[in-house]
Amino acid sequence: MRSPTLIYLDYAATTPVDPRVVKTMLPYFTKKFGNTASLHSFGLEAKEAVEKGRKIIADAIKASVKEIYFTSSASESNNLALKGLAWANKDKKHIIISSVEHDCVLTSAAWLEQQGWSLTLLPVDKYGLVDPKEVQKAIRPDTLAVSVMHANNEIGTVNPIGEIGKICRDKGVYFHTDAAQTFGKIPIDVNRLNIDLLTASAHKMCGPKGVAMLYVRSGVRIRPLLHGGGHEGGLRSSTLNVPAIVGFAEGVKICLAEMKKESARLGKLRDKLIKGALTKISDSHLNGHPKKRLPNNANFRFSYIEGEALIMMLDNLGIAASTASACSSPKLQPSHVLLACGLRPQDAHGSLRLSLGRWTTESEIDKVLEVLPAVVEKLRKISPFSSINN
Amino acid sequence: MYSPKTIKYFNSPKNYGKIKNPDGIGKVGNIICGDVMWLYIKIGKDKKKQEVIKDIKYETFGCVAAIATSGQVTELAKGKTIAEALAISKDAIVEELGGLPPIKLHCSVLAVDALAEAIYDYLSKNKRQFRKI
Ligand code: FES
Repeated sequence: MRSPTLIYLDYAATTPVDPRVVKTMLPYFTKKFGNTASLHSFGLEAKEAVEKGRKIIADAIKASVKEIYFTSSASESNNLALKGLAWANKDKKHIIISSVEHDCVLTSAAWLEQQGWSLTLLPVDKYGLVDPKEVQKAIRPDTLAVSVMHANNEIGTVNPIGEIGKICRDKGVYFHTDAAQTFGKIPIDVNRLNIDLLTASAHKMCGPKGVAMLYVRSGVRIRPLLHGGGHEGGLRSSTLNVPAIVGFAEGVKICLAEMKKESARLGKLRDKLIKGALTKISDSHLNGHPKKRLPNNANFRFSYIEGEALIMMLDNLGIAASTASACSSPKLQPSHVLLACGLRPQDAHGSLRLSLGRWTTESEIDKVLEVLPAVVEKLRKISPFSSINN
Repeated sequence: MYSPKTIKYFNSPKNYGKIKNPDGIGKVGNIICGDVMWLYIKIGKDKKKQEVIKDIKYETFGCVAAIATSGQVTELAKGKTIAEALAISKDAIVEELGGLPPIKLHCSVLAVDALAEAIYDYLSKNKRQFRKI
């Protein structure tokens, strides 16, 4: 067990699994371990559990059970959405995505571009928002699909996906949204929002890792990435991860029941954190939209310092957070999200994401507000740039 | 991913800050990730009347590895003659720190370059030749 004094503020990366979720999963490892494809009672028991879960998840977004496909991760769902649509609709060779999508959408789209599809990257404003008018402008007669994330994983900006969905529907273009950061936090109705495909993942909402889903509206033409025994209506062959699906569904149930109260609670803590940090620390800025943002996301940038160093210092003090600085990325490149928002590379350097969740308390936020200014100050003392400005 | 020694150097950084009226300044930047290091030296004479690095300080805008190697290079160079200081290699620094992750090796280059630049600055101000020894 980790020390209770450790403060975890990286819920956007992953969450602990809720003990209630773990409890529902456990029997499916040892006793109810059947393969859903088997005809005997073990198989039936497993299949029933999966279908029960599918119903809970379908209801959560006002979809029907036939439209929910279980996958292993949000990355897989996003790959399936883009490549699956492309392969099934080769007469339409144009795809539109926003420039702040998760890497798995960006690189899937870039891969399709290499295969002969043409790609449009939508710009965003300084808050990371996609303008629906830009979507309207980008759609061509040969446009197959538009993919715009519901909320950005880094800066937390929530896009107007309802308006974008409406435009796509009117133009007869498929609309996919990556809802990995919003499912379970913000209400989603795929009909009202005109969504044709939607990605959601369990481990971002206190469910287990290794399970996610793709909603595909019935009638949408799509091909599988994985071929095999024909599971999931032939769209995703692979033995179903029964315990994880059971846990996913339980996680959704809890999120739905607690959503209203929880997002109000987190929103208040987030605002306290943002206001506190911006007033206590000079030359600090908020990344992302001041209002249209996830209730659990705060993202700052502090001039003159570098994010990886900041994260390590916070970690030493027992606070787990994340950054999108160039030094911390495997490619040593600054965050494409912050650059798309118009920041210069050196400004993107000192970014800090603090993402809150179910077990975040007010006293933890107070502690961060006490520690953070001193840590920033310490690093600024080492930096050549802060002294020029003094 | 970092060695305990690197973390130690990072957590309790030594020799950071500025030197007033330095004899040499080395300002280097890292095109790989965009980091910057400034290094200041003050030159004095030792008992044998040789020129030595009497004082040395750095300012770094960079990652954990950059800050740790900055500290390490200043520790290694302090009190050394110019020839000795120029002989400090990036490998020596990396070894001294107990190794660096491969992706972070470029950060240690920054520190050695800044030291060489600062010495070069001092020598050229005094109209002397820069010789890598
Ligand atoms: S200074 Fe950027 S990776 Fe080390």
